[in-house]
Amino acid sequence: ALGLFLFTIARDPLRIIILIAGAFFWLVSLLLSSLIWFIAVKASDPRDERLQKGLLIFGVMFSVLLQEAFRFLYYKLLRKAIEGLVALSEDGCSPISIQRPDGVPVLAVAGVGFGLMSGAFSMINLLADALGPGTVGIHGDSQLYFLTSAFMTMVLIFLHTFWGILFFHGCEHRRWWEIVAVVIMHLAVSGSTFCNPLYVGSLVPSYLLMAAAAAWAYLLSGGSAQNLRRFLLCK
Amino acid sequence: MITFMNNSDSEEEPCNERTSLMSAESPPVPSYQDGLQASEAGEAQAHRKRRTGSSRSPNNVADGQGSDSGVPVRERALENEEEELTLKYGAKHVIMLFVPVTLCMIVVVATIKSVRFYTEKNGQLIYTPFSEDTPSVGQRLLNSVLNTIIMISVIVVMTVFLVLLYKYRCYKFIHGWLILSSLMLLFLFTYIYLGEVLKTYNVAMDYPTLFLIIWNFGAVGMICIHWKGPLQLQQAYLIMISALMALVFIKYLPEWSAWVILGAISIYDLMAVLCPKGPLRMLVETAQERNEPIFPALIYSSAMIWTVGMAKSDAAARAASRQTWDAAEDGGENRRSPSHADSQMPGTRNSDPARPITSAEELEEEERGVKLGLGDFIFYSVLVGKAAATASGDWNTTLACFVAILIGLCLTLLLLAVFKKALPALPISITFGLVFYFSTDNLVRPFMDTLAFHQLYI
Repeated sequence: ALGLFLFTIARDPLRIIILIAGAFFWLVSLLLSSLIWFIAVKASDPRDERLQKGLLIFGVMFSVLLQEAFRFLYYKLLRKAIEGLVALSEDGCSPISIQRPDGVPVLAVAGVGFGLMSGAFSMINLLADALGPGTVGIHGDSQLYFLTSAFMTMVLIFLHTFWGILFFHGCEHRRWWEIVAVVIMHLAVSGSTFCNPLYVGSLVPSYLLMAAAAAWAYLLSGGSAQNLRRFLLCK
Repeated sequence: MITFMNNSDSEEEPCNERTSLMSAESPPVPSYQDGLQASEAGEAQAHRKRRTGSSRSPNNVADGQGSDSGVPVRERALENEEEELTLKYGAKHVIMLFVPVTLCMIVVVATIKSVRFYTEKNGQLIYTPFSEDTPSVGQRLLNSVLNTIIMISVIVVMTVFLVLLYKYRCYKFIHGWLILSSLMLLFLFTYIYLGEVLKTYNVAMDYPTLFLIIWNFGAVGMICIHWKGPLQLQQAYLIMISALMALVFIKYLPEWSAWVILGAISIYDLMAVLCPKGPLRMLVETAQERNEPIFPALIYSSAMIWTVGMAKSDAAARAASRQTWDAAEDGGENRRSPSHADSQMPGTRNSDPARPITSAEELEEEERGVKLGLGDFIFYSVLVGKAAATASGDWNTTLACFVAILIGLCLTLLLLAVFKKALPALPISITFGLVFYFSTDNLVRPFMDTLAFHQLYI
């Protein structure tokens, strides 16, 4: 993700702002969803294990839905901003729009903003603890905890990026099925993590979904199989 | 919108006209650009959000009215070219402030997390005499409120004193005070800081080497801040002393007092800058009347980097015209030459020394750069540092506060572009930061901990 950041975002100051704004929106959505969960937990019986697990699942789903809602809000905000933007990129005084291929980096950045925040939140505490002493999985948990966490976080960041593109594209062209597909994919990925620590159940579908989303986003951005082949063969 | 689009189509002519304009007649152009820049400083962020056609159409309307003669036509082309340029670099202004604020925060957080000294409680400043070790919650709250009142009144008194000194032109006194305080910051606090860092990493160092290092650091710092120096070095020094000051605050302010002080100082900032009789506002107005730089208060200026960057930058379509313009504008030396566009606004002489008790929290945008008071740096870093220090060792809270402060800064800059006068930089950011700190610490943390425990991902 850091590489992604350095190569695509750090060049243009506006993208950094969009990134931080995206992170902010994700943060707010997280805040609201954890508020709901907190209230639910406090209102329920703390000793009931199954209820707690169920509440947690409910919290996760709700959070996913809230994240998508906030992505939508962010889209609206960006639309308004872009309407006010006339000359932005250095390619001349052309407006930056979501339809143009040049607009896609903007959306990618927004998605990355979301993804970065999500990934950061998931990983940073883990990393901080990883610096300390200890053995992984000493209590009978999986020994691959760190590794799988790293992979899962990475796939999630990428997924958020692609979802950002798909989502905004869907909103732009009023293709509701695209938006619904993104939401369903998000729910699916989160749901698949419920199978942890049976990692096969969560990592593999997530990667497959990511590949699918990547291909879809690529096609939407105007790429095609020929482009890809030409790029790979360095023509 | 339509007018703008047409002008943007015929882009070549404005470029050529402008180049010729610059070389042909420089004296009239700057004065014209004065008025332009003043109005376009506002355009800088106008593109960001919500200000779509409204702020730009007055400009275009004004252009349309003068479309009879040749000169207004050229001026209109010029103005739109200006607008586009300012629009393009509006985002750069924000980034120019993001980077130093981020750097300051990173330094503070890194120090807090690694050096134990700054999180130990070794007594309090005399400005916060009430201790918070009381058993009852009510007593603790009362003590922190009292501490805050004392601290804020100290700051108010100092600010008013400073403004009075400035009004009655006691420049020598002010200079002496500032030099003394920056001396203390640069030497004493750096010595303590270095000592603690070396202790933490168990590095042995002898006194002569230490003396040499600190002497060099301090001397170069004094020269850079109070006199002349490379811009980036000066900025680096300003960031470092802000970080040092913030660390001192984090160490010596008791817990609850720190939060209440942060809240109170943003309210004070709001009042001091916006109320007609507020000390900071009077300071800004007096400086503007006398056409002087907003003087030796703590101001971080990002102006020069921007012009230099522009001269070096891109080879896009209009690069040629822009570079000619910049070369003419840079005028060979680092300061902005007074003939250019700047006499109305307070200048950008970067000889702004430091002040330990800070109240110069003002945010001013010039047409080519943005200025932020060092007090703002300090309090932003105090917030993030406190979050890092006391949020149960949680990085999420720190990250959340960081993002919140940056967004607040963005919004403040946006408001600046709309209002075009000095604005307080603290209130919005600190409010966001406080809200996010408390909510992340109490609400999000249990949620994320449980999620991480089960390794669920949202």
